[in-house]
Amino acid sequence: MKDDVVICRCEDVTYGQIVRAIESGLTTTEEIKRVLRCGMGPCQGRTCMRLIAGIIAEETGAGVSEIALPKSRPPVRPVEIGTLSSEHDEENR
Amino acid sequence: MKKTADCVIIGGGIVGASIAYYLARKHGMNDVVLLEAEYLSSGATGRCGGGIRQQWSTGPNTELAIESVREFANLEEELDADIEFLQGGYLVLAYEENEVEQFEKNVALERNLGLDVETLTPAEIRDRVVPGLNTDGVLMATWCPSDGSANPFLATQAYAEAAKRLGVEIELFTPAIRVLATDGAVTGVETPEGVIASRRVVNAAGSHSVPLAATVGVELPITPFRREILVTEPLERFLDPMIISFSLGVYFRQVKHGSVLGGFADPDEPAGFNETSSLDFLEAMSWKLEHLMPALASVKVVRQWAGLYDMTPDALPILGPVENVRGFYQANGFSGHGFMIAPKVSMLLAQLIAGEEPDLDIDRLNVRRFAEGTFSQEQSVV
Repeated sequence: MKDDVVICRCEDVTYGQIVRAIESGLTTTEEIKRVLRCGMGPCQGRTCMRLIAGIIAEETGAGVSEIALPKSRPPVRPVEIGTLSSEHDEENR
Repeated sequence: MKKTADCVIIGGGIVGASIAYYLARKHGMNDVVLLEAEYLSSGATGRCGGGIRQQWSTGPNTELAIESVREFANLEEELDADIEFLQGGYLVLAYEENEVEQFEKNVALERNLGLDVETLTPAEIRDRVVPGLNTDGVLMATWCPSDGSANPFLATQAYAEAAKRLGVEIELFTPAIRVLATDGAVTGVETPEGVIASRRVVNAAGSHSVPLAATVGVELPITPFRREILVTEPLERFLDPMIISFSLGVYFRQVKHGSVLGGFADPDEPAGFNETSSLDFLEAMSWKLEHLMPALASVKVVRQWAGLYDMTPDALPILGPVENVRGFYQANGFSGHGFMIAPKVSMLLAQLIAGEEPDLDIDRLNVRRFAEGTFSQEQSVV
């Protein structure tokens, strides 16, 4: 596969960057997320994380089912600050 | 994994990684193993806001922070890595009369220690520092332009990579089960992979330092508290400083990538190892952000997470040796500001471990201060 194929489309992270990160010793999706930002964009890794797990499996020789996906973090979809703040009752906290 | 080492460091956050680096770099001690239960910066470091502040109410924190900023400023070159260090300043807002009084004391102390810091009126805040800030209710602020921020993941990674290049062994996904000691001296650390024999062990495991220290009968007065953060979609660059208020319990900044990152400390948060995210936080923090900067109302939050503050009674860290267990060094209890003082703290710990006299007094941060009652409370904590 070409090095410049984009794997994480939210954060523009390529196949080559991910392979080099794995070669440097980052062997989990959590570590790759923190160093390269894959999965930190608006889609929260829905597009890229399974692909990244596949690349880790390929590079390390582990089975794809052994590669854990990163922890899901709320909110499920991006929400406007104004919408969230309208649910908050500052006076009666 | 090695069976013996000159020093075993427990905890792969910024503190553990930087102690490993300074031992190897400055003291030629590279027969060192760094044990991390998960991956690097998986604990408090990787969950923190990344702020680097020199404005404190106590001398030790201010001195450690000033010296750490000096080190941070050279770190990218020294470690040959981008850590997103930016000196965008810290604006500290006062809303209450007793805060104004305290801040004036802080500024006097900080200036005395050589820090360039000033007080601003609400009009000066809007004109000179943050035009879009709602200053309703703000009485004054303190402003230190050389404060800043960095990326905690990249900084920890950079220290760890540099330590590895110097020969340090880093064992990820390898928890320390217990510290081993005989006749009042450390003899090693037990892990699932076996024992590493060592006469020096550093406990840099954040809130998990407490149960670890207990395995050799050392009691650390540290209580974990959940703290939460949210981050928005990326925006064009509009904000360089970190904005913070202790009475609102809130801070926010724009990270290099463009997102606004903000945290809020719920004063009613119960103690405990809870790292889950809450809807209450998401709504309360959004309210505070919109209140402080109304233009953010239409910006979307993309993610939230939580981490642990390891709070001590005085909100200052526990550093150095302990009585009764020779060779067992503490570097924990950072109370929510370990990232920003890590460079200097770790240089001092490395000096101590290498048998040298630390070039700044850290004896005053020894755990025995709590038994002796010789401590004063750090006030400037969110």
